[in-house]
Amino acid sequence: MNTVQRNMSLSGEPPVALNFIQKLSVIIGMFGLGILTLAIFNVNFPNKTLWLSISLTSMIFGVSLFSYGAYQHKHSGIKNDAVWFKSISSRGFLAWLLGIILTGFYIVLYFYPQFLGLRSEGGNVGLIGLFDPLSELLSGNPASQWFVYGTLYTIAILAFGIKFLWKYRHNRYEVLRTCSVMFFQLAFAFIIPELMARLNNSEAYNIPYYDLKNIWPLSYYNFDQYRVDGFISSGDIGIALLLFGIASILVITPILTYFYGKRWYCSWVCGCGGLAETSGDAFRQLSDKSLKAWKIERWLVHTVLVFSVLMTVAVVHSYLNYDASKYWLNKDVFLLSVAVFLSALFAVIWIFKKDELQKDARYGAIGFISMIIGLIGIHYFSGSNIFIFNPETLRKTYSFLIGSIFSGVIGTGFYPILGSRVWCRFGCPMAAILGLQQRLFSKFRITTNGGQCISCGNCSTYCEMGIDVRAYAQKGENIVRASCVGCGICSAVCPRGVLKLENKTPKGRINSDAVLLGNDVDLLDLIKQNK
Amino acid sequence: MKHIAIIGNGIAGITTARHIRKLSDYKITVISAESKYFFSRTALMYVYMGHMKFEHTQPYENWFWEKNNIDLKEGFVTTINTAEKKLIFADESTLTYDDLIIATGSKPNKFGWPGQDLEGVQGLYSKQDLELLEVNAPNNKVCKRAVIVGGGLIGVELAEMLHTRKIPVTFLVRDKDFWGSVLPTGDANLISRHVKSHHVDLRLETELKEIIGDENGRVKSVITSSGEEILCDMVGLTAGVSPAIDFIKNSEIDTGKGVKVNKYLETNIPNIYAIGDCAEQLEPTGLRKPVEAVWYTGRMMGEVVAQTICGNKTAYNPGIWFNSAKFFDIEYQTYGWVWAKPKEYEAHFSWEHPNGEKRITFAYHKTTNAILGVNTFGIRLDHQTFDKWISEEKNIDFVVSNLEEANFDPEFFRSHFKAIKKAFQHQLQLA
Repeated sequence: MNTVQRNMSLSGEPPVALNFIQKLSVIIGMFGLGILTLAIFNVNFPNKTLWLSISLTSMIFGVSLFSYGAYQHKHSGIKNDAVWFKSISSRGFLAWLLGIILTGFYIVLYFYPQFLGLRSEGGNVGLIGLFDPLSELLSGNPASQWFVYGTLYTIAILAFGIKFLWKYRHNRYEVLRTCSVMFFQLAFAFIIPELMARLNNSEAYNIPYYDLKNIWPLSYYNFDQYRVDGFISSGDIGIALLLFGIASILVITPILTYFYGKRWYCSWVCGCGGLAETSGDAFRQLSDKSLKAWKIERWLVHTVLVFSVLMTVAVVHSYLNYDASKYWLNKDVFLLSVAVFLSALFAVIWIFKKDELQKDARYGAIGFISMIIGLIGIHYFSGSNIFIFNPETLRKTYSFLIGSIFSGVIGTGFYPILGSRVWCRFGCPMAAILGLQQRLFSKFRITTNGGQCISCGNCSTYCEMGIDVRAYAQKGENIVRASCVGCGICSAVCPRGVLKLENKTPKGRINSDAVLLGNDVDLLDLIKQNK
Repeated sequence: MKHIAIIGNGIAGITTARHIRKLSDYKITVISAESKYFFSRTALMYVYMGHMKFEHTQPYENWFWEKNNIDLKEGFVTTINTAEKKLIFADESTLTYDDLIIATGSKPNKFGWPGQDLEGVQGLYSKQDLELLEVNAPNNKVCKRAVIVGGGLIGVELAEMLHTRKIPVTFLVRDKDFWGSVLPTGDANLISRHVKSHHVDLRLETELKEIIGDENGRVKSVITSSGEEILCDMVGLTAGVSPAIDFIKNSEIDTGKGVKVNKYLETNIPNIYAIGDCAEQLEPTGLRKPVEAVWYTGRMMGEVVAQTICGNKTAYNPGIWFNSAKFFDIEYQTYGWVWAKPKEYEAHFSWEHPNGEKRITFAYHKTTNAILGVNTFGIRLDHQTFDKWISEEKNIDFVVSNLEEANFDPEFFRSHFKAIKKAFQHQLQLA
């Protein structure tokens, strides 16, 4: 199609141009955003509660009205018309502009919150000051940069969630899934932790901020000393929360992933996933589908997982033992039990799942051995200043590289350029764990409908995780990929009804010798033999 | 080493190349005048609609061919010299082969309408057709109205494509209902209604009489069989396709509508095979037509001929018929045979959702009650299950009662199988 220049006209193609309702909604939404921008530049609003309410409302209303303008006159169904003609969704000028603004916002948020108006003494000013009334209403405390971020994050998921609901109103899987992420963000990530913070007004409680659905190792800080101390010093509730945090990763997660695949978390509950599925929906087609990207993904995400495990072990190890009355677990027992646990896990996978692992067994072994070497290192070099084994350095490095740069600046800031799931695909250690479980111990798979695939490529194009879905579908093979978050869009956009997300018996789930239906039986046998 | 030349890099030719490579280390050359790399023809519409970029329609990355030692040659074959086993190209270069596979696909039908070669008149089949469409109908300023002639699958795709650029469409369809030659009346009626609901000016029982050009040789209007003149800037000819075999007609290879082949996909000349849309079966399987221009049959013939070439002589013997399509927002799947005009032994039972956008039609044998086929609209059904039920000649009662097993709709979708079962029982009571 390179021979045809289609964007010579300045007025734009008809499907790309905005209609009246959409133009109006952009003005309303931008007005809301404008209030926040003015606040950043220290315009002092006389009635903060009023102006903040106006701002947040007009942003939600603007996005909702935009969706109404975009979809109200259309039949329910797939609405990807002109996606690759629009500047914003095809890495055009608007996409780069938005990418730069978002990236800049993340850098200021993480590293220069004072520019947003954060003040340690005296009242907050600027943007953060504008959010003080809302924060005080919820938790009783003044706002922080994280409260502002959390509020805007929630607004983004809710507003673009409404847009997504409208866009996929014909698809009940998408509707329920989106209601779920909107609920978990609003209740679990936003309101409940703020209300829990009210408990801390009483002397008996010192509970750290806890988003219950944010599971270690995604919340890599969950077992930091200040948090564990906080939990332990907060009576039964505190202990229960600490135990819940441990059970989340060791018990709850494997069970749910066994029954439903990692989608129960990544596209139904998780906040990162929630943002990607709602605000990031317009960018899902930008993910890289090449084999090379898949190779990079596998190395990168598992390296982050090893890094996060070692960092956490080193951090926990560093504060054990110093007060026997608080911690019955001592350093050596802790390290040893981690080693035993990892070895047992690796042995189980090696013995029972060797077939599924196939060529990947080698990589699993590399990961396992590096963790064991890491544990030994932590044991022998604890207290020393050798960089890679110093817990504080490890934690700071992780927090900077992974927690801030990767998940925030690149992961979200680059939505319009790299697609919406860069963090989830290349960086999230939680996704890596769930992915291993999904690949090895789960009932979930995407099945293909006999021989109906026409290799059109809609599924691969709209896979936010960069899975080349078509490569499997056109061979009649089930899709059982560690990275699949089960968003269901491949199935939705398929024009031939070929893909179905399913939880069925694990037997025969990985069917790499599948052949396409439609031929007579003798030929099927011949093709199978020669695979 | 044996050299296999394949003319055509569509699904048939490429499937052959891939399977020969799996089975052997023969030298393989795939020739195409259309595009260097294989792409999915069925996806061209999504490029025009902006759902995908052209590179997304390519199922294999560009390094794939070299890695698998499959040579790609861009060129247009003008002559096949069967005596010397030599291909002669438009640029007069040549290529010798040991085995030749003709997989040249189809071209849009033109039935000799006056004005059919005017500028702005085109079919929709190839990559070049798509590029031409970008010239003829880039937006509704250049193309104020388009007329589509022929109510088949490509016609409705073209209507949907133009609709996304807000170009008004008049759609001339010969039958009483859309695709009425293939779909039973009730099914065809549902699609007609849906097409109209997208503001397509659907003219049923109307044919094209003449295309009128302006002084520059560009289309200006069409005249329909009712004598009406419709002003337009573009005419889409989508009245079916026929084998693209013009360059073979002057060779020794036997042709009729397509390249004539036996069960083993062999032509009358040894070492020359024809597959896919361009092949005409001398002995069609079951109720199938001699020429089948369908994605899946192209793929299956490619798998078969690869076996034969690599020493497992295999007959083309396709299983139960199946197909699918999408009409704007309504997905369609079919398994087995549901005839528009039922055969004398064939009975139909249909159920339609009150919203008029979901429908299912079963065909079964009047005396044995065996299931013969199913058409489904807006409800996804499992290929494997229906393939099994039809080949095992399951009773229609069994099929209707066990539909849940064949469900392929996404999770949480509302199931209509109870309603279908109830309607079926109701019909039995009436009968």
